[in-house]
Formats: sequence, C-alpha cells, structure tokens
Amino acid sequence: MSAMDRRRLALPLDRAVAATLRAGDACLLSGEMFMLRDAGHIRLLAELDEQGSLPYGLDGATIFYAGPSPSAAGRPFGAVGPTTSSRMDFAAPTLYRAGIAATLGKGVRSAQVVSACKETGSVYFVATGGAAALLARCVVSGETVAYDDLGTEALRRIEVRDLPVFVGIDVQGDCIYDL
Amino acid sequence: MDTFAIITKEDIARAVYDAIPRIACELPCDVRMALERAREAEGCTRGAFVLDQLIENARIAEADRVPLCQDTGTVWVCLEAGPDVCVPGDAFSLVDKAVARAYDEARLRKSVVRDALFDRANTGDNTPAFTDVHFVERPGARVHVMLKGGGSDNASRVVMLAPGAGRDGIVREVMDCVRAKAANACPPLVIGIGVGSTFDKVAHLAKTALLRPIGERARDAQAAAFERELLERVNATGMGPGALGGRTLALDVHVETAPCHIAALPLAINMGCSAMRRATVELPVSHATASGIANVRGDGLCGRGRMDADAMEGEGL
Repeated sequence: MSAMDRRRLALPLDRAVAATLRAGDACLLSGEMFMLRDAGHIRLLAELDEQGSLPYGLDGATIFYAGPSPSAAGRPFGAVGPTTSSRMDFAAPTLYRAGIAATLGKGVRSAQVVSACKETGSVYFVATGGAAALLARCVVSGETVAYDDLGTEALRRIEVRDLPVFVGIDVQGDCIYDL
Repeated sequence: MDTFAIITKEDIARAVYDAIPRIACELPCDVRMALERAREAEGCTRGAFVLDQLIENARIAEADRVPLCQDTGTVWVCLEAGPDVCVPGDAFSLVDKAVARAYDEARLRKSVVRDALFDRANTGDNTPAFTDVHFVERPGARVHVMLKGGGSDNASRVVMLAPGAGRDGIVREVMDCVRAKAANACPPLVIGIGVGSTFDKVAHLAKTALLRPIGERARDAQAAAFERELLERVNATGMGPGALGGRTLALDVHVETAPCHIAALPLAINMGCSAMRRATVELPVSHATASGIANVRGDGLCGRGRMDADAMEGEGL
C-alpha cells in the first residue's frame, strides 16, 4: 500500500471529531456501524415518520450503503463494499436531521445532502468501489437487525476494524470530488 | 454445409455454471495487468492508493475464493453461433438453473428483483439471467458470460443524436456522461461505446464492446483512432482511479459501430467497472468433440488451463 497519513476514528463518530475532518482526509474507521441500502431506506423513513425518532439504536450512528455477499472464507461476509450513494439522496437529508452522524458509500451526492451535512455537523465518507474482498477483511462481525426479508438489503449492525475511507463531504460542505 | 453440429442446452448451462464462480472471484488477466500498468504510471497519492487497493483486492479474492465485488451482478449470457451450427429453441432453458446453483454454491449475492416496477421482491437466486443469441459469420459457437454490476450499468446511457451532431457530438456526450457519472461506476473503467443500428440494438453494441480485451483496438482504423482519442480525453479529465484524482479514469475505451437510418445517430455508452467480470467460452461444434467445453478465452489470455468439462456431466443441468 502506498504511504499515506491516515486518521484513526472511533465509531460511533463524535460530532466534535467530525467537525475537525476535512474532505480528502484519509481515515481508518473502527467500531460499530449499520449497513443499509435502497429498499431498507424506504422502510426506515416510514418507521421514522411513524415513531418520530430513529429506531434500532441508529441515533448518532454511521450508515454504510452496502449490501454484502454471504459469509465466506471464515468471515461474516465474503465481500462488502460501498454502493452508489446518490440513490440514497432521497432519504439522507431526513436521516441526517434525525440524528445520523455519518454515511459511507461511493460517488457524488446532491446539493441537499451537502446542505444537510453542513446544517447538522455530519459527514459523508467514501470507500473504494470494487475493493470488496479487501474491505470485507475489516468487518469483524455482523448481525441482522431488521428487514430480514430484504435479503442483502436488510438492516445489519456490523463491527469494523481499520476500514479505509476518505472524507467525502465535510461539515463545511466541501467535497472530495471537487478537490 | 453438411456437418452441422447442434449446440445443446446442457453445453450452454455447463459453460455458464463453470464460468460464474471463476469470473466472480478472479479478475481477468488483461484487467489485472492494466491496473498494474496504471499503478506504475500513477503520480497522485489518492489515485495510487485506490489502485493499490484494487490490485490487492484481486489477490485476496482469488486466494480466498471470495467475490471481487459484493455486487456479483446480473448474469448476461450471449450465445454466438456460426453458419455451421444449429441452435435449438430451448438453448437457454437450463441457464437459470445453472445460475441459481452457481450463485448458491459460490456464495454470491442475489441481486435480482421479480419485477422492476410492480414487484421488487428479491427472487432469491439471482435469476433470471438475461440472454441473447447472435448469428455470426465466424464458424463455431461460443458463450459470452458477463456479471454486470448495477452501479456501472446505472452510469450508462443511450442517446439518439441527430446525424449532424457527428463525431464531435459523440465526443461531447461521452465526456458529459463521464464527468457526470464516472465516480459512481467504480473507476478505472472500461467504457463500451456503440454507435449506429437502432434504439434497441445500440446498447447491445456497447455491451459487446466490453467483451474485447483491454488494449485490443477496433479492427477498423478510424474506429481504432477514435478509441485512442476518447481514451486520451477521458483520462485527461484528471478524475483518476475512484474518481479521487489521477491519470487513469479509464483502462480502455472500445467503440463498435454499425449501419443506421439516414435520420439517426444512435449512441450507447456502457460503463464497465474495474471488476470487469467476463469470460468467453468456446463450445464444441464438430461431431467428434460434441460434448465438453473446448476453451476459455478469458483464462486463455493468462495461459491457464481448460475448464473442467466433466464437472457438469450427469448433474441434470
């Protein structure tokens, strides 16, 4: 691996720490995060709307936009990597405002997501798309929390260790793809 | 010709079943070598980091027999049959069974829903596969198998240009698509471009362009020059690996052109991600070797061995 200074960050992400992150920073994430993608977001928004607060201990959490492949090679998942974040832009501003501290995916996001990051002091991380065998090695454990019938799109709580990411959008609204 | 050979549904299913786990876990040699060349040339720290990750990812996936990417795609099976080959009407009837079994056994992700609009429940076995048959002048028969990820397909587009838009119009559309969508498609990309035919066929041209090995230019000199020009322009954006900055946004650009209506200039851009999962399997056509699988083009590039032709014998696929 090429030499690069990488900041170690503990999850759940402390908002005070989030405020010090800048777009383009290389980081290693360790701790608890949740995996959720397309179909799960529709359900989560419905539950949020009904209850008025984030269910399943998601308050302050990081959502990783990912649908893993089944367990393999003695690991919780054979391959885990980011999916295209813009598909979750319809839900992200609402979820940030409800208490999500960070999201993790790949690709450019809407102006509304950038605004929500600035407004709530939240961030968006990006990981390398297509490096899913490598990233799966950073997942220590995983369990399905809800929406099991969605298969790979279920809500899962995972524990990661030294997951390599970049800061994609920081609390100032700067974006890595514009650097 | 009096020596017609019949391609059987079993031959096709066996080729698909054998190819799926291999291409899900092993990056084709031409792609791996292209990533390594890109890494040597990369001066941007973030771009180099992404390439290092992708090269290491390919090593881990192959060593641990895990998928290169969690999105193990939809399965595209394209049968190409020459003039010496008979294709029965049920040629693809065992393909879905082969796909379901391969995805289950190789522990690949199931990413297909029952209906795009009215029933988005996961089918649970990654079927149906998407199949095509093509009659070509080249003798013999072969099956192209591609596992196509959703992110890169979403970053693709079909545009019906006016003929007056010409070559410049194509360049503009390609660059517009690249700037807007490349970051979502997991670069370094292989970009397949189809120009010509009709609205429905042009996308097929673009997809077929992805099958060509990296570095292999179009046979037509003008198309080859256009490919070089587009590749240079795409990489000159500086978007680079992962679209995080650097020299190599695309490993290659492949252009396929065709005749079209006097009123038309159809264009399709099919983005291929860095995990380009494809194989071409030659099927037997002579009566003497009418069972088993003769050669695998993807592996052939690496000088690897034959597929295990006996693996599917008597398995009811």
